[in-house]
Amino acid sequence: MSALTLTHEPVTGIRHGKLGMWIFLASEVMFFSGFFTAFIILRNSNLAAFAKGATELSWPLAALNTVVLIGSSLTMAMAILSLENGKKQRFQLFMFITFLCACTFLVVKYIEYTTKFHHGIYPSTSTFFAMYFIMTGFHGIHVLGGMIPIGWMLSRSFSKKGYTDYGRVEILGLYWHFVDLVWIFLFPVLYLIF
Amino acid sequence: MEAAVATHEHGADHAHADAHTHEHVHHTSFIRHYIFSTDHKTIAKQFFGSALFFLLVGGAFALLIRWQLAYPGEPIPVIGKWLPDSLVSNGAIQPGFYTQLVTMHATIMIFFVIIPIAAGSFANFCIPLMIGTDDMAMPYVNMISFWLVPVAALTVLAGFFVDGGTAGGGWTNYPPLSATGTGHTLWVVAIFMVGFSSILGGMNYVATVLNKRAKGMRMFDLPLTVWALFITAVLQVLGTPVLAADASLLFLDQVFHSSIFLPENLLISTGNLHSGGGQPILWQHLFWFYSHPAVYIMIVPIMGVVSDVLATFSRKPIYGYKAMVFALMAIAFLGFIVWGHHMFISGMSPLLGTTFMLSTIVIAVPSSIKVFNWLGTVWRGNIYFTTPMLNALGFIGTFTIGGISGIFMAVGPIDVYITDTYFIVAHIHYVLFGGSLFGIFAGIYYWYPKMFGKMYNETLGKWHFVLTFITFNLCFFPMHMLGVGGHMRRIHDPYIYDFLKPFQPMNEFITIFAILLGFSQLLLIANILWCLKYGKVAPRNPWKANTLEWAAPAHPGHGNFDRDIIVYRGPYEYSSPESKKDYLPQWIKPATKTSEKEHEAIAHEG
Ligand code: HEM
Ligand SMILES: [Cu+2]
Repeated sequence: MSALTLTHEPVTGIRHGKLGMWIFLASEVMFFSGFFTAFIILRNSNLAAFAKGATELSWPLAALNTVVLIGSSLTMAMAILSLENGKKQRFQLFMFITFLCACTFLVVKYIEYTTKFHHGIYPSTSTFFAMYFIMTGFHGIHVLGGMIPIGWMLSRSFSKKGYTDYGRVEILGLYWHFVDLVWIFLFPVLYLIF
Repeated sequence: MEAAVATHEHGADHAHADAHTHEHVHHTSFIRHYIFSTDHKTIAKQFFGSALFFLLVGGAFALLIRWQLAYPGEPIPVIGKWLPDSLVSNGAIQPGFYTQLVTMHATIMIFFVIIPIAAGSFANFCIPLMIGTDDMAMPYVNMISFWLVPVAALTVLAGFFVDGGTAGGGWTNYPPLSATGTGHTLWVVAIFMVGFSSILGGMNYVATVLNKRAKGMRMFDLPLTVWALFITAVLQVLGTPVLAADASLLFLDQVFHSSIFLPENLLISTGNLHSGGGQPILWQHLFWFYSHPAVYIMIVPIMGVVSDVLATFSRKPIYGYKAMVFALMAIAFLGFIVWGHHMFISGMSPLLGTTFMLSTIVIAVPSSIKVFNWLGTVWRGNIYFTTPMLNALGFIGTFTIGGISGIFMAVGPIDVYITDTYFIVAHIHYVLFGGSLFGIFAGIYYWYPKMFGKMYNETLGKWHFVLTFITFNLCFFPMHMLGVGGHMRRIHDPYIYDFLKPFQPMNEFITIFAILLGFSQLLLIANILWCLKYGKVAPRNPWKANTLEWAAPAHPGHGNFDRDIIVYRGPYEYSSPESKKDYLPQWIKPATKTSEKEHEAIAHEG
């Protein structure tokens, strides 16, 4: 019997993984919406505590992180473009910068967290800090989760065969932009509303 | 190719399937083949096996609950003397253990039985086969989605061995109570894991249905089972993350002593580490925002399954196919805006309560469309009373009763009286046991031949249905009366209230039938296990059905199909004038001389 042709091009024209990522991101939107909802509800019943809490956070550090993360989104896009055009070294460069930005972001977060702990501030301090730690914590986990495939693709690109799976980098890019986007919401909500 | 199909015979068919498995063994080790398999059919069987196991566990818990209500304070027969003193005193269930049993019963049945069978086993098995493809879009994701389930189940059951016991706040686990104790933390972690599993599964189903349909198959050529699973998958993807967020917040309260759900001036016997200032009701909102859609995750796939079973065994097209699809969509959409009907007594504003009341009542419209269309499908059909058909018909009746009790509770002023009583317990069991589980039985029997390549035993199957149907109704119908009489749910000993004392005989009656109901399920297990080995070998298309899974070999191997699939028509061309037979499968070419022959050949293939 001849080979079957059950496996065919995706009906929607969008690669399975990419479609899956879009669906996953829809799910992620709902996940973070849950936290934002909780934030709004708690804020409305604790306006004073929330205003006070926000002043205790370091907005300059967070602004720095915002720049770093937006920058990494840009370099991620450049990396995708470079790979599409077959420019291997530029791909490596941009992936490396993206990775570095992610590291910087997490180091800054670490500094923020530890200063809070030194001042005796924990999730139990007030509902504001509970929300602060859980929202930035989950966001940080997402950053960390993105760094694994970034690092993996980067290291693979140095192997003999190189890394050429443009489609996968694109999927990773989608995820990375989303992580960036979440931060863009978190930054004003946590640090800038007094 | 066509010739090959036409001469395809029983023997060849099997040789083919065998060749496939054989080939497979060469490539993959035992572990990859049976344990960490990425084949959708194997994953479906894994979901199925684990869910059946937990069905027995959850059922055992239910019987303990029933024992206590019928004979409070009396030692549990047989096992009472083996249980530790932290759970029982002189063999009789203690209050703490009772609330743990109630919680574990519902948690297991919902998260480890019904959802894994409906949105795990059926979805995995049916979607690729019914859309004519070889596997899921993302097989690895699929494998992870299964393995999270047993890990989560062990996590939650591990609660029985920790200090303070397992979660005891009911399956809804409202804080502040649930913000204390290791058992609740384990519960939250487990819920997060099954939630993640459900999201991964849903993501895969959506991508598969959109991307991998066979040639020629439009969305409106999908069987209703696939439509239903697709819509369910959307609910899983959008609803479950909110529960995950909710669970994470509760985790923070439990482990890091934050006060997201804990109000000011709360007194906790273990010492208060909390700042207060939180909102207990917030948990309920987020919880029900997921858990109302979750009840649709549990029923919508079953509505699809039942539709297919009814059409096949009535030998008639589904009455109003598109209306059925749009009704499913409406149910799913409305499902997201009705959650407040679980919270009428939480002190919400009457205005808000009214909007929730109205949106809830509106759901009855698409639900009734479905019921009427099922009846329309069966109406004057050429009905075959096989076991799946009996279960599907049983489903219609019991689901309707459950829907009607739902309307009672949807009305705020009435619900204030009956909420938290046995009326609710009656409702959930009419929709979840009478609805989901009867539909699941229908699906199990219907696809058993394709799943295991053997026929189940029809006599045993019918006995299982008849016994289950009778004992189910005798067990759960009286609960409506208990509820209206004021018998609260989740109460260890109702007879501490004088006005509930007269209900003791009724509780005893219920318990007797609950025990019979529980033991009737052994017939199902026996049927499944016995026929695995001794069942008749199944033909390719035992029900003479139209949908694509029946084009696959009797016991499909890796890759599912042995012929190319092109879809020529919708799934419900039963008794069509176009065909001499009373069915016209989706994969048969429109009538020409050869295709007529082909049709014949496939129909009678072994
Ligand atoms: C016409 C359709 C339905 C309506 C109008 C309806 C309405 C309601 C209402 C108002 C409640 C809250 C009662 C209370 O706690 O006071 C409720 C509870 C419940 N319903 Fe339904 N329902 C419907 C269908 C379903 C279906 C199809 C399922 C599942 C398959 C389901 C599962 C549940 C469960 C599990 C609860 C109890 C939750 C708890 O433990 O408190 N319902 N329903
Ligand atoms: Cu509901």
